[in-house]
Amino acid sequence: MITKRIIPCLDVKNGRVVKGVNFKGLSDVSSPVELAEYYSKSGADELVFYDITASVEQRRIFTDILREVASRIFIPLTVGGGINTLDDFDRVLKCGADKVSVNSGAIRNPELIHRAALKYGNQCVVISADVKRVEGEFRVFAKGGREDTGMEAIGWIKHCVDLGAGEVVLNSIDTDGVKKGFDLEMLSAVCESVNVPVIASGGAGKIQDFIDLFSTVPGVDAGLAASIFHFGEVGIPDLKAALKANNITVRL
Amino acid sequence: MIAIIDYGVGNLFSLVSSFKMIGVPAAATSDPKVIKSADKLILPGVGAFSDAIDKLRSSGLDKLIKEQADAGKDIMGICLGMQLLFKKSFEYGEHEGLGLLSGNVVPMKGVVPENLKIPHIGWNALKFKKPSSLFRYIKENDCVYFVHSYYATDCSDSVIATAEYGVELTAAVENGNIKGCQFHPEKSGEVGLNILRAFCKGG
Repeated sequence: MITKRIIPCLDVKNGRVVKGVNFKGLSDVSSPVELAEYYSKSGADELVFYDITASVEQRRIFTDILREVASRIFIPLTVGGGINTLDDFDRVLKCGADKVSVNSGAIRNPELIHRAALKYGNQCVVISADVKRVEGEFRVFAKGGREDTGMEAIGWIKHCVDLGAGEVVLNSIDTDGVKKGFDLEMLSAVCESVNVPVIASGGAGKIQDFIDLFSTVPGVDAGLAASIFHFGEVGIPDLKAALKANNITVRL
Repeated sequence: MIAIIDYGVGNLFSLVSSFKMIGVPAAATSDPKVIKSADKLILPGVGAFSDAIDKLRSSGLDKLIKEQADAGKDIMGICLGMQLLFKKSFEYGEHEGLGLLSGNVVPMKGVVPENLKIPHIGWNALKFKKPSSLFRYIKENDCVYFVHSYYATDCSDSVIATAEYGVELTAAVENGNIKGCQFHPEKSGEVGLNILRAFCKGG
């Protein structure tokens, strides 16, 4: 049976991995290439590589760094940040990305999802949504979580899947950086409405949070986190051993 | 030298890099001379079956691959490249494959239980069905990375490994010098690199 995936996320700015609390107060952590290699060796099932500033500053991902990561690690690699056109897809796929995640680019132009899925296949197109509770509903935010789009999130995510997105990364702004666990309520709502893999993001602080995630919302395929891995608060081998001990299928 | 057959389908960056990593000379090429002089061939592929087989035919590479296979050269298909080795595919219609292996490629839809997602995406454990030199550096239940919505069936003579996904999906095949992996060895960590190492060593 398919294993639950553990995915470290490398947020990259100016070629370095950074991680902020609630997207603010960024602090330099390490080299993307070194971290990627370390994670691959320690049992990460996949890596997500985001240029977190691209949608604001129109900065293109440093493709040489991406290429170096992809030439040294041999697990699936998702790349996002500043993906607005099919040319952007092409650029990162040529550097060794397996999947491309779209966020603000899809909000501006949802047709991008459809065209990318036709050209590269649904499995290649990931919709990444930054979602926050506003006035009693789940609301989609754009531009790295800074701008309320006014769109209701579940409907938006379903629409993206109908357009051809083959995977969903759901990042809860409400739980991101707080380290008190994933947003199980939000994740359940998304898992009930789509039939593609859902990756949980935002809120992991300890091993138990991942156990709670996969036990409470069995429809979730993967747990994504950044700082707890980067700062060594949670080691991936320990995390996987604990998941296995709780009868959650993982790749060891 | 390993020739990774480049016929304009999919991205060969990771495959080329993985051979570099295991220290085996390899090149992505569509040049018949290079393909003929190579020790072994890799047939990659992602995307739609009909598109891929059309590209092989229009470039004449289909005939060259069959010639090379008939001459006994080791060839390994990966993902869609494995599916192309079979007689037929039923992906959006009915299409003739290379016919190097007997069996058909059919949709998972309607076969795997409805509660399971299609495509079959993620890491799944290999169940060995027959001994193979491809497995010399790995062990049963090692996980490899899959991404596919169609699978090979009616190929019991060549199946060497399966993966459990409500049903047993064909994961790896071998019939003499013709080999294939439904999964992506170039995306399956050390286990995947070990399968490529075993392919290069032969035996």
